[in-house]
Amino acid sequence: MSSFIYKNRFLIPRRLTQLLIMTLYIGANAYGWNIVRGDLSSSIFFDLIPLSDPFVVLQMFFGGALISADILMGVGIVLFFYAVVGGRFFCSWVCPVNIITETATWLRKKFNLLEKENAISFSRNIRYWVIAITLILSFIFSIAAFDMISPIGIAHRGIIFGFGFGWFFLLSIFLFDLFSQKYGWCGHVCPLGGFNALIGKYSLIKVTHDKDKCLYSMACFEACPEVEILSMVGMISKPITGASCIKCGQCIEVCENDAFKVSIVSITKQIKG
Amino acid sequence: MEKLNSPDRRSFLHKFMQGVGYSAFGVIMWSAYLNQAQAKNLILRPPGAIPEKDFVSTCIRCGMCVQACPYDVLKLSTISDAISIGTPFFTPRKVACHLCSDIPCASACPTNTLDLNLLRVDDKLSINNSKMGLATINTKTCLAYMGLQCTMCIRACPLADTAIVLHNERNPRTDMHAFLKPVVNPDYCTGCGMCEHACPTTIASIQILPLSLTKGDIGSFYVIGWKKEDEHRLDVAKSTDIKVQRTKRNKKSAIDNVNDVDGILKGLYNE
Repeated sequence: MSSFIYKNRFLIPRRLTQLLIMTLYIGANAYGWNIVRGDLSSSIFFDLIPLSDPFVVLQMFFGGALISADILMGVGIVLFFYAVVGGRFFCSWVCPVNIITETATWLRKKFNLLEKENAISFSRNIRYWVIAITLILSFIFSIAAFDMISPIGIAHRGIIFGFGFGWFFLLSIFLFDLFSQKYGWCGHVCPLGGFNALIGKYSLIKVTHDKDKCLYSMACFEACPEVEILSMVGMISKPITGASCIKCGQCIEVCENDAFKVSIVSITKQIKG
Repeated sequence: MEKLNSPDRRSFLHKFMQGVGYSAFGVIMWSAYLNQAQAKNLILRPPGAIPEKDFVSTCIRCGMCVQACPYDVLKLSTISDAISIGTPFFTPRKVACHLCSDIPCASACPTNTLDLNLLRVDDKLSINNSKMGLATINTKTCLAYMGLQCTMCIRACPLADTAIVLHNERNPRTDMHAFLKPVVNPDYCTGCGMCEHACPTTIASIQILPLSLTKGDIGSFYVIGWKKEDEHRLDVAKSTDIKVQRTKRNKKSAIDNVNDVDGILKGLYNE
């Protein structure tokens, strides 16, 4: 049992955090708890600290909305947090869609589904194009374009306020990730993940690799949802500086010889390499 | 020419056009959905909502108004509601707005999509200034217009005798009873929907319609002559509103026209 906990020493706290945050939101809606109200687009902590999703607000700005001071302050706080901890921290520790896609990937591994190269292979840079398209469409239609179809929005609003047919949207992502493309949504398409990656590129908290401890088992490559950031593994000892690292800690969990560890890396060091 | 057919160039173009193909497909679907989900006027928004077109772009879809609503009147639209997803609305036939005097919904809004300033008249903030919609009566199905003494809507109305008033009329069918006909005063109706909720007919005979469908506008062609202050409305009217065609008759001033008896008698103005 204790080895199970040790093997999942990041997964368990991550799932607990995701569930706790959703529980607090549900409690706010159903029972009037006053810890955090709202949803992941915008919320308020203890009736005092506003938090707002920078990507949604950027879309609203392109849509021509007047952004209120409360929202700007919320964006500022979140941007600061993302810049320190890492933007994609959100993806693996907060986002409810992460539970869906990681379950799909887990099943994929369990049943050994389509591990070979797929016929259609998507580029991981699609998400940055989707950001551009989102902003253009927001401008044309005067509406937060990605927010209208966002599975993340559908998921968290669905959990807090009720789903409607939103289930089908989440099911389609689950099936896409399970059968079509490994980490298809989170690792390739999702513009929110891409945007958060850009914000948190020089975040202080990084996973550092030690090549002297590397056993070349390739277990981390199996586990990592963003394998391209592991290009230095086994060759150079340095922090993982790739922006798309989601800070999920799966490389640390699977490594037999502790070649990865969490550390704080200053920005100047990161820029020098 | 050999350079033009190089494999690198071919594969680059192939990849590029592949991307164009996928994104064209995706963007068209996406745009079609956005177009559908844009401002729909057939929806009732919470108190203090800004105009629908701005509403869908300014609402951050956080649902804090829904959480603040103590009577669970407000709902957040899902993908199946065929309106802009994640925005608050209410359906008075199910639950009508209770017009809380402390306005918890609009106070909770972080984006000012529900704008408290719109609920302020002469510096006085009051929920009774809200304009969520306008109650409209189908006089062919309303029981009171048939001669029954119903009065359900006026009893439910939070602004009874101002927003809904009863008109007494003789009932010629029986010649001994009175009609007690409810009439809505658009100046005071908040659109809360209590009347629609209370209406006993199978489909409510008094229904809240969004203001975009029911709000009339007198425009700048007509001036209420017996109200001195109404002329000022023309001062603020946009100049493009007023386009008076010049004819023989209106070349002269109105008074000159009236005094021109000769002209009228001679049929001078057969334009």
